[in-house]
Amino acid sequence: MTVSELALKMNLTPLSLPDGDREINGCYAGDLLSWVMGRARADNLWFTIMNNINVLAVASLADVAAVILAEGVMLGDKEIEAAKAKGINVLTSEKSTFTLCYEAGKLVL
Amino acid sequence: MDEALNFHYDVDGENFTSAGNASVQVKRKLRQLGFPPELIKRVSIAMYEGEINMVIHANGGKADVLVTPEVITIVLADEGPGIADVALAMREGYSTAPDNVRSLGFGAGMGLPNMKRYTDSMDIQTKVGVGTTITMTVRVS
Ligand SMILES: Nc1ncnc2c1ncn2[C@@H]1O[C@H](COP(=O)(O)OP(=O)(O)O)[C@@H](O)[C@H]1O
Ligand SMILES: [Mg+2]
Repeated sequence: MTVSELALKMNLTPLSLPDGDREINGCYAGDLLSWVMGRARADNLWFTIMNNINVLAVASLADVAAVILAEGVMLGDKEIEAAKAKGINVLTSEKSTFTLCYEAGKLVL
Repeated sequence: MDEALNFHYDVDGENFTSAGNASVQVKRKLRQLGFPPELIKRVSIAMYEGEINMVIHANGGKADVLVTPEVITIVLADEGPGIADVALAMREGYSTAPDNVRSLGFGAGMGLPNMKRYTDSMDIQTKVGVGTTITMTVRVS
């Protein structure tokens, strides 16, 4: 499944979607950046409530397919511009990390 | 790519917003040079963790990356406080990071362990009050 397809099915709000055709191969959830860098696999979805600029660097280095912000967390305007410039998909939802993981797991695993 | 390439970066100790810029640039260069994605991820994450450590713990430093067709070498040198007990610092979960850094998602005490995991060799030279130099290598094949 691609990030755009998932966004439609799960009703996610795209904040930056420069690479919607990217294929998803699994999921990782966590807010501590070193854990994400150590454990998330390339092409995973990354679920988090963190929204500072370093999240974008980590998403890029860990090569995740998309960052999914839970609990209605938003990105600032500067971060949205940076995400677009770096080609990083970032989407948001009002749902909790658990609910998002549960729904995404049924779709992509 | 026949010749060795050398990249040098000054890592600003004050700035959390630009922290990681050197690693992101190295990632881009390795991609242009055609290295495989998995290798690029290992190199750039190991370097990023080291770069962040210099920002958090050492007030900045210098990063040098040497790229040859066989091996990529990353040298991170700072003149920070040094590490008194390297074995303790290497332990997963050990961190002296302050709260303001933790609130950004850093300070999990997994940086040095990640650097070791993602590289083929890692050497730490450090002296309290003088500074720390970390040399990591990743073999290309
Ligand atoms: N360049 C450095 N200079 C001084 N101390 C360091 C440096 N890098 C790491 N340390 C020490 O080692 C500890 C563990 O580092 P690390 O595993 O990256 O965890 P974290 O950065 O999350 O605290 C740090 O909390 C700090 O005390
Ligand atoms: Mg660290």
